[in-house]
Amino acid sequence: MSTPLLKIEGIHKRFGGLHALNDVALSINAGEIYGLIGPNGAGKTTLFNVLTGLYQPDEGSFTFNGKDLFRQKPYVVVESGIARTFQNIRLFANMTALENVMVGQHVRTSASVFGAVFRGPKAKAEEAAIAARAQELLDYVGIGKRKDELARNLSYGDQRRLEIARALATSPTLLALDEPAAGMNPKETDQLKALMEKIRADGVTILLIEHDVKLMMGLCDRIAVLDYGKKIAEGIPEQVKNDPRVIEAYLGVAPE
Amino acid sequence: MQSKKQIITFAALAVVLAILPWAITGGFENGKSWLRAVDFALLYIMLALGLNIVVGFAGLLDLGYIAFYAVGAYSFALLNSPHLAAVLPAWLMHPPLLVMLLIAACVAGVFGVLLGTPTLKLRGDYLAIVTLGFGEIIRIFLNNLDRPVNITNGPQGINNISKVNIAGYDLGRPIEWFGLKFDTVHLYYYLILAFCCLIIFVTLRLQRSRIGRAWVAIREDEIAANAMGINTRNVKLLAFAMGASFGGVSGALFASFQGFVSPESFVLMESIMVLCMVVLGGMGHIPGVILGAILVSITPEVLRDVINPLQSAVFGERLFDPENLRMLIFGLAMIIIMLLRPEGLWPSKRRAREFHEHEEEAKA
Repeated sequence: MSTPLLKIEGIHKRFGGLHALNDVALSINAGEIYGLIGPNGAGKTTLFNVLTGLYQPDEGSFTFNGKDLFRQKPYVVVESGIARTFQNIRLFANMTALENVMVGQHVRTSASVFGAVFRGPKAKAEEAAIAARAQELLDYVGIGKRKDELARNLSYGDQRRLEIARALATSPTLLALDEPAAGMNPKETDQLKALMEKIRADGVTILLIEHDVKLMMGLCDRIAVLDYGKKIAEGIPEQVKNDPRVIEAYLGVAPE
Repeated sequence: MQSKKQIITFAALAVVLAILPWAITGGFENGKSWLRAVDFALLYIMLALGLNIVVGFAGLLDLGYIAFYAVGAYSFALLNSPHLAAVLPAWLMHPPLLVMLLIAACVAGVFGVLLGTPTLKLRGDYLAIVTLGFGEIIRIFLNNLDRPVNITNGPQGINNISKVNIAGYDLGRPIEWFGLKFDTVHLYYYLILAFCCLIIFVTLRLQRSRIGRAWVAIREDEIAANAMGINTRNVKLLAFAMGASFGGVSGALFASFQGFVSPESFVLMESIMVLCMVVLGGMGHIPGVILGAILVSITPEVLRDVINPLQSAVFGERLFDPENLRMLIFGLAMIIIMLLRPEGLWPSKRRAREFHEHEEEAKA
């Protein structure tokens, strides 16, 4: 088997006395949809924050695409090709949908203050390309017609889509989605599933946190289960579903 | 791209601005002091636009902004007055205007970064307190740097600052052109107006650029901006430096216009005034900020001229010192505006919607 796209080993993260991540190891292969599940407070979002540079892990190793990202700044992580969305949507509320996606391209563009002020042919072309690409991404996630709406005025489902478009604007190799289906109705969830499959088909690897077990089982290639900061199971969905430790973590132990 | 209507508006505005000083000096009894007030209004527009980058775009509340104005003013004063002429090398003294303004902008920009670096992790009220302290530190330094080595001449300030010299024309002396007598106030009006337009242009361009969007993104949600790959540290420092450099340019022009600088011109009240201009006009909206700067700087002058005659007419004698009453009226006006139009007098359409949306929702 080829080397994994993302590999973490022995990751520890403590908040004072709370051991939020305890010796977590993961490896994600290019092109798969990798699911991360676990009860509330298991450390899923903490792991996300570590993987995207928002938290600095205490110990461990973290390589992505052959690059060492252990304790790197978020912008370095994004530059290396990891983009994310947030569990509780964090859009730039008072910017339009289009502008939100334009901001996402910041890391892939280079116009400086001088470029902005003098607006030479290069800066002009870049600006036009940013706008065109943003429109393209909005169309891609299916909200192209709402480009001039303020992000805060979009419907909940559209905000989720916009967040995905904004993350895709950073041209990621790995897209990390934190509970994208939370609060969606079944129809919206189905559309979201189709969108994720389309993104994967276009060559982006996906890491997914989700509570909707049905969605996860049908979508993920592999799933890891976290409980109390530890990885208690990993494997194909069928295997994980029947793992006694997973059942115990979710349902408790049957009294003897 | 530009419509005919825009071009006509623009041309009309240019004509108005060009004849404005003559209308003022010709139309009023004490026209020159009015024109002086207009010159100051232009300086305040630059300041307000500079602060708008920090507060309006990047959302970093700065209560010590006047420090950069001071830095610009003292840079100009030290290089263009006899005060340090004996110590500084001769080639450094009296640089050409553009070089001088570049120096002022750069020095102020460096101070901007100096303020920005330790405050990177602060937001809101915490940032406000630190910046307020920074403003005071600069003023107190200016006040006390006359010992052991006399650099700023302490509270006496620096005198005899030379006027700007452009292409052999000394702006300190009246110049006759086309039968018109251009006094120093006229000449400075055009000079300051030119730089004011430049700063407006730069701000407009910055706003609609990759950098401008990054600033707004940080204001909207710093964590999300971070996660989108924006190097928030550099982008915030850039906002501080850009804002400060505008203040520096304005300060340098102020020093040469006034011919005299002292720490008294850079008190906390001035910082608050500039902030009022930004907030009152419409934070983040360039025309609004310009309007705010004009209103806040001109209104006191108008009041000064109105209050005394009014008092004499109503009470038969002068009961109040106009200076005190001025602040009272001004404060009251501010409270009323904030209650009725919290988004500012001339906000961007977007911001107006933001403030009044829920009212509409409630009606519906």
